[in-house]
Amino acid sequence: MTKMKMKQLILITVLIAAGTSSLFAESKKGPDLGKSVSPEEITGWEISVFPDGEGLPKGEGSVEEGEKIYQQQCIVCHGENGLGETADQLAGAQMGLTSEYPEQTIGTYWPYATTVFDVIRRSMPMTAPSSLNDNEVYSVTAYLLYLNNLIAKNDVMNSESLPKVKMPNESGFINVYEKEKQR
Amino acid sequence: MAKDRSNDLSFTEYQVADNGLLDRRLFLKRGLQFGAISTLASSTALASTTKSKTEAVTDFNPISPEWMKKMGAPFSTYGVPSKHEDSVLRFPTQNESVPGNGVSWTPLHLMEGTITPNGLHYERHHNGVPQIDPKKHTLLIHGLVKNDLTFSIDDLLRYPMESKICFIECGGNSNAGWNKQPSRSEAGYFNGMASCAEWTGVPLSVLLDEVGLRKKAKWIIAEGADAFAMQMSIPIEKAIDDAFLALYQNGERIRPENGYPLRLIVPGWEGVLNVKWLRRLKISNRPVMARNETSKYTELQPSGKSRMFTFVIEAKSLITSPSANMLLKEAGLYQITGLAWTGRGKIKQVDVSADNGKTWAQAELQEPVLDRSFTRFRLPWNWNGKPATIKSRAIDETGYVQPERSELVAERGRHGFFHYNAITNWHIDSDGFVSHVYDKDENETTDSNNSIDSGWD
Repeated sequence: MTKMKMKQLILITVLIAAGTSSLFAESKKGPDLGKSVSPEEITGWEISVFPDGEGLPKGEGSVEEGEKIYQQQCIVCHGENGLGETADQLAGAQMGLTSEYPEQTIGTYWPYATTVFDVIRRSMPMTAPSSLNDNEVYSVTAYLLYLNNLIAKNDVMNSESLPKVKMPNESGFINVYEKEKQR
Repeated sequence: MAKDRSNDLSFTEYQVADNGLLDRRLFLKRGLQFGAISTLASSTALASTTKSKTEAVTDFNPISPEWMKKMGAPFSTYGVPSKHEDSVLRFPTQNESVPGNGVSWTPLHLMEGTITPNGLHYERHHNGVPQIDPKKHTLLIHGLVKNDLTFSIDDLLRYPMESKICFIECGGNSNAGWNKQPSRSEAGYFNGMASCAEWTGVPLSVLLDEVGLRKKAKWIIAEGADAFAMQMSIPIEKAIDDAFLALYQNGERIRPENGYPLRLIVPGWEGVLNVKWLRRLKISNRPVMARNETSKYTELQPSGKSRMFTFVIEAKSLITSPSANMLLKEAGLYQITGLAWTGRGKIKQVDVSADNGKTWAQAELQEPVLDRSFTRFRLPWNWNGKPATIKSRAIDETGYVQPERSELVAERGRHGFFHYNAITNWHIDSDGFVSHVYDKDENETTDSNNSIDSGWD
């Protein structure tokens, strides 16, 4: 082996070694410009709510309060009693999921109650997103769950009670990605 | 009955399937001899009947056109299409009370080639296009990582980049196909929630390497900086494999309506996962179960169960010309052209039929055929002036064959809304008018409520 070739071989070996020491052998190396942030700084940024309740804030809301807010802020698009207008029907389904005209509401379709809180807090109302405080979001969530006969009129929704609401269609989904991976 | 030009030249020796489908190398074989005919075909045009401006103009002097007798227009700082092409437009359909919630369709039927110009790339917004100042935009990567880090756009512009040409298709594209009656829209205006561009940006793996994934990291939750704060969960293996953070679209910075200043690209996976205006990546051990991965972008099946996490776009093809609402003015030679794509790799083959699926011929695929990109197919067709039904069928490199509508509906019912990828039929009547039809045995009786579109909420 010539000296030149030897040098190349060593270089390649070094490169491979360097590559595997990082997590992704094939990934390129960036200039490491990311700035550290503390958990406190992330607090307001982190708004994702998981089915087990992770991410739910303090506070609570009632069906009664939720109905008031719904009448002012939501009814224009979602209609009286959540029956749908220009936006989705959210409650009051008469037809099941196997009927010719299935009604996919929170009560018949949504697998997790926490998703209701999450989407209201981040996206609603469409004309003034993120304008409701956490108590108001809990209240509207409570009202919608009540409209779907999932909680009682006096039930209070908070980070403890919301993840415990039993959703009828929780087991109604097939994880296609997981199934394909196993194949 | 249209005037018959199909007998002006004999093409029988080139016939590769019934009802006038010709060898895809016909144009090469005939060479110059064929020039006169191809001019004829293009000037007689597949004119949309709704556009009178495409009618032929005859009162002009082709030898000495007016624009050769005066100085041309000066330079421009940013070019725009010819004013004569001002009908080549996206077609918006939106929620009546929230105008920023809806879609705009790419006019695939008015385009050729495979690259979608930035001004025509389809849009799907949940609450409008945010007007983001890139100097005030920050990306946070946090969760199951060793270091929670933020990046500015200026930071990201210093990172190593890669380019990839790939399609993006909304999971809800072509959803009118689930309806009992065929759509009457132009091809692009119910199949054009699919576009193809060259995206350039930073491989996500580079940034994940920098934050340092913890062992339990299984999903990333991507969130946009729009008024909907749209979030989606994506498996970590896809994020590491080939996802990237795009800053450029067809060579220029991403258009606001396509995610400026930063968009997550997950090649071959449904559009909603390609989160626009990307502001946050939370690394998690499980999906967040967002509204758009539970109540939407899931597919209700006849059993009452719903398909969830149907990420990959399956193979699909569509004849873009001739297509719905076009007019073939006379019998004779035409080019059938269209697009095919698959989220599973490359398109291997596209078959075309001119006799409603009885016989098929292989179309010519435009090179290069690229991974998870639009592939253009073409085939010459000698139309005899009689009613005919044309259709195309894509086969991808995994061997997957695009299904007939009847097969897809038999398997999935009509209420899945998303991931409609069946074969589309175009019927040409004896006047040359093209319309969308289902196979005869699928023509279900009209009832008072044949629409299943739940709208774009």
